[in-house]
This record gives sequence, structure tokens and C-alpha cells, in this order.
Amino acid sequence: MMLNKKQSMTGWVFLAPAVLLIAIFSFAPMVRALLLSFQSGKGTNLSWSGAYNYIRMFQDKIFLQSLLNNFIYLIIQVPIMLVLALILAAMLNNKNLKFKGLFRTAIFLPCATSLVSYAIIFRTLFANDGLINFFLIKLGILDTGYQFLTNTTSARIVIIIALIWRWTGYNMVFYLAGLQNIDYSIYEAARIDGASTFQIFRKITVPLLKPIILLTAIMSTNGTLQLFDESFNLTGGGPSNTTITMSHYIYNISFKYVPKFGYAAAMSFMILFLVAFLALIQMRVGDKRD
Amino acid sequence: MISVIKKDVRLTTKGNGISYVVLTIVSLFSVFPLAWMVISATNKSVDVTRGVLIPGTAFLDNLKKLLAAQALGTAMANSFKYAIILTVVSLLICSLAGYAFEIYHDKGKDFVMKIILLAMMVPFVAVLIPLFQMMSAAKLLNTTAAFILPSISTPLLIMLFRQSSRSFPRDIIEAARIDGLKEYQIFLRMFVPTQKSTYAAALTITFMAAWNAYLWPIVVMSDKKSITMPMLVANTIQGYVTDYGVVMVGVLFCTLPTVIIFFILQKNFAEGITGSIK
Repeated sequence: MMLNKKQSMTGWVFLAPAVLLIAIFSFAPMVRALLLSFQSGKGTNLSWSGAYNYIRMFQDKIFLQSLLNNFIYLIIQVPIMLVLALILAAMLNNKNLKFKGLFRTAIFLPCATSLVSYAIIFRTLFANDGLINFFLIKLGILDTGYQFLTNTTSARIVIIIALIWRWTGYNMVFYLAGLQNIDYSIYEAARIDGASTFQIFRKITVPLLKPIILLTAIMSTNGTLQLFDESFNLTGGGPSNTTITMSHYIYNISFKYVPKFGYAAAMSFMILFLVAFLALIQMRVGDKRD
Repeated sequence: MISVIKKDVRLTTKGNGISYVVLTIVSLFSVFPLAWMVISATNKSVDVTRGVLIPGTAFLDNLKKLLAAQALGTAMANSFKYAIILTVVSLLICSLAGYAFEIYHDKGKDFVMKIILLAMMVPFVAVLIPLFQMMSAAKLLNTTAAFILPSISTPLLIMLFRQSSRSFPRDIIEAARIDGLKEYQIFLRMFVPTQKSTYAAALTITFMAAWNAYLWPIVVMSDKKSITMPMLVANTIQGYVTDYGVVMVGVLFCTLPTVIIFFILQKNFAEGITGSIK
């Protein structure tokens, strides 16, 4: 369909509001943040300081800790969650399975919970006098309540469990949608040829879903590097900043203490670099595998 | 031959057995924290810590305490106001843009689309401070505008509508033009009514994101009169003594609207997502 000049103009008019909004509220602030990241000072007294902020963050123990934490959550949580979501989707894609809708709804339900709500639900479940401790004491495993949220390792594990709970169903929906576009007769043919369930999963399901697996991996990496609510409301970043995430630390630097906007902007650019860099690697790896 | 088929049937049922066990366990794990939250909202704080797993009678008492301590009505009204306005404006602007990117596409517009997709990579914290300064300079802090402006136009929604416009028959557009319909009338009267599942998916995504937003509201909506439900819920756990029953009533009110929307629209939501990743 060839467009005449008038129609092409109409198209520009239709997309202008959306494009302008993204330019004003996403790209312009990014440029502004980049400029800010080369300035330092407190509050509104800022002066140019070159790469000082970028050097400083690598001497900042709390920032390095937050960077490490984000990577711990990323490396442990994302693979477990994506594999689990894939297995669940493959199971639900079985035509002979009953109660499919019920299972799907139940597993997706956590995604309808707000981040603050689920952070508080898990905080309460794992509190000193919370339900988990109650049962562990009842079962004779513990004598007194274990301080899940004030010990670094267990606090991190609680965050990881909470993340898996909240996001597995979300990724599963993407895989289920992808599986619907795969002809079901391929599965039936494979079964008649004597392929085992595991072989079918590995040789058919995973390769055919690769583009969607890549999409979910990039989305999850992006989300994990930006974690905020879990650190803020579940553990409060504690004990002594050992579970704090980068976004939480940036928030503290910007709004909790005396604001150091330049330094905060530099750290947030670090997240941008990491997001872009990891997405690039994932796209390369995702393309190479066949 | 018969033995092969028998073996196949047996294998399938055995496989299904494992599926039922796994799916049941995961479903219970998924539902339990929410079920426990609802039950705890009806129990006294002591009973919550005592591991009571049956509904109690303290719901109204908990609600009264919550109403006394927090501005529940204000927060609910605000959250609905911000989320509804944002959803309506966002769906209108993004669907119009997605439609235009596909139906009127040419080299220039395809290039702009590519640049817009880059915005997906921008982490929200990276623009948080400049956005805050912008809102503060424009004297928009604690207004609906401050809440909605940064989230109206999103690459994800534009992409969703661009993708769904792809299967919209061009003949209809040509026919409508011959009948003398203006371009905006073709969009409103021909396109919009045929895209129910895409709009449902977009509505679910946008409303949930708006309702659940937390980092941006605590930065720009700090005034008591403009707080949202997630902010109220976070407030209930501040202080030395936490009344778990009261906290869970807050969580319940914060969770119900999104869960209800999800239940109403879940079928359309799945269809919309399926359509968008073909």
C-alpha cells in the first residue's frame, strides 16, 4: 500500500504524542542524568568533577556490596525461575491434562500481587514470630525463632524465594503463549517415535521456544538489576546493607541522606551499562546456539 | 503394533501423574501466601503469630484499627484515580501510535520505532533524579500529572498495538477511505472495536503497573493527601510494634483490585500476549 503525502502526515500526527512523551520523560532525563553523573556536590550545589563519581563508586564498599547482591540474585534466581517456568509451561501444554485452567490461574496469581504487598507478606511469614518459625519450632527443628531476616545468607535466600514466587507464573504465561504457536502434532509424532518426555522437552520444546526464552531472559535480567521493593520493604537492605540492591542504595543516596544527585546518577548509569551489556551478550549467545 | 500403543498410553499417563503432583505442589505454593494473607486479615495479631490457619472474627476490629491509623479511604481513592486516568490516557496514546507505526509505516517511521525500542533498556532509577527535578521545577509534585506523565507512553504497549495492527485487513481501510471516512474515524470506528483482546492485555498490564507503582510515588507523592495504597501498606509496618492483622487488612485492600481485574480479563490477557509474540 503506497502512502500519499497526506496519509504519511496523518501517521506522524498519530504517533507524535507517544514519541514526544518518550523523548521528554525518558531520553531527555537520560541525557540530563549523564551530565549530572560528571558533577558532584551536595543538594543543588553541584560542580563539574570529571570521572570522580565513577572512580568513587568502586571505592564505595556499600555500592560494591549492592552490585554483588544484584548479581547474586541474578545468577541464582533467574535460572531457577526460568527453568521452573519452562517445565510448568511444558506440563500445562499437555492436551490430556485436566484442571489446566485451575493450575494456570493458581500459578499466575502471585503476579497480580503488588510488589509492596508480597514483600510484606514474605517479611511477615519469615519474621521472628512468623509462621515459618512457628512451624519449625512446632516440628521440633528449632528451639527458638530463627532470625531469617537479620542473617545475611538466610535474608538473601528469603528474597530469592520471594522473587521466584512472584515471577515464575509471569514467565510461564509467555512460554505458554509461545507453545500455542507450535503445532501440537510435532509432539504426537515424537511420542509415536518413542521419544521420552525429557527428550521431547530438550529437543523440541526448548529449541522452538528459544526466541521467547531469550526475551524472558533479557526481561528478567533487566528487572533483577533494577530490584527495589524487595530490598526496601522485605529486608530493608539489612542486616547492615548486606542485602541492599543498587536501586535501593541509589534511592538512599538521592533521597534519604543529604542528596548527592551527581553520585547517584553515576551509579544509575552503571545499571544502564550493565543492562545493555548483558542484553547484548544474551542476544549473541541466543543467536549462536544452533 | 498394539503393544506399542499400549506402552505409549502407559507412558503418557505416568508422565501425567508426575505433572499432576508437580503442578499441585506449585499451585499450593503459589496460592498459600495469599490465602494466608486473607485468613490473617480476619485474625488478631497474636493469633497470626500463633500459626492460626482458619478464618477468625477480628476482621472488622482490624479494619477499624487500620482506619484509625491510616487514611485508607484517601489512599484507595487516590490509587483508583491515578491508575484509571493513567490507563485510559496510556491506552489511547499508545494504541494510536502503534497503529500509526504499522498502518502508515515508511522508512522514517520505522527508524523512529527502533529508537523508541531503545527506551526499553533505560532503567527507571537512571531517570529518577532528573524526572524528580523536572516535576519539582514544574511545581507538579503531589499532582496526578506527576504520577502519570512518565508512564503514559511505553515502548511495550506501542509494540503490542503495532503487532496487533499487522493482522488488521488493509482492504477495510481502503474501503472506508472510499466511503469518505477520515483517517481518525477509521482508527476509532474500524480498528478500536476489533482489538478487544489487545486492549484487555494492555489494560491489565497498565492498570497493574500503575496500581503497584512504588518507587516513583514515594519520590513525588510524599504528601499525606496524595499517598497511594502501596505507600499506605508500607506505612503499616513502620514503628516498633507491628499488628499483623491490621497489616494484612491493608495488604488485602491493596491486592483485591488487581486480582479482580486479572480474573475478569485473564482470558483476553493470554490471547493478547499470544498475539503479540507470534
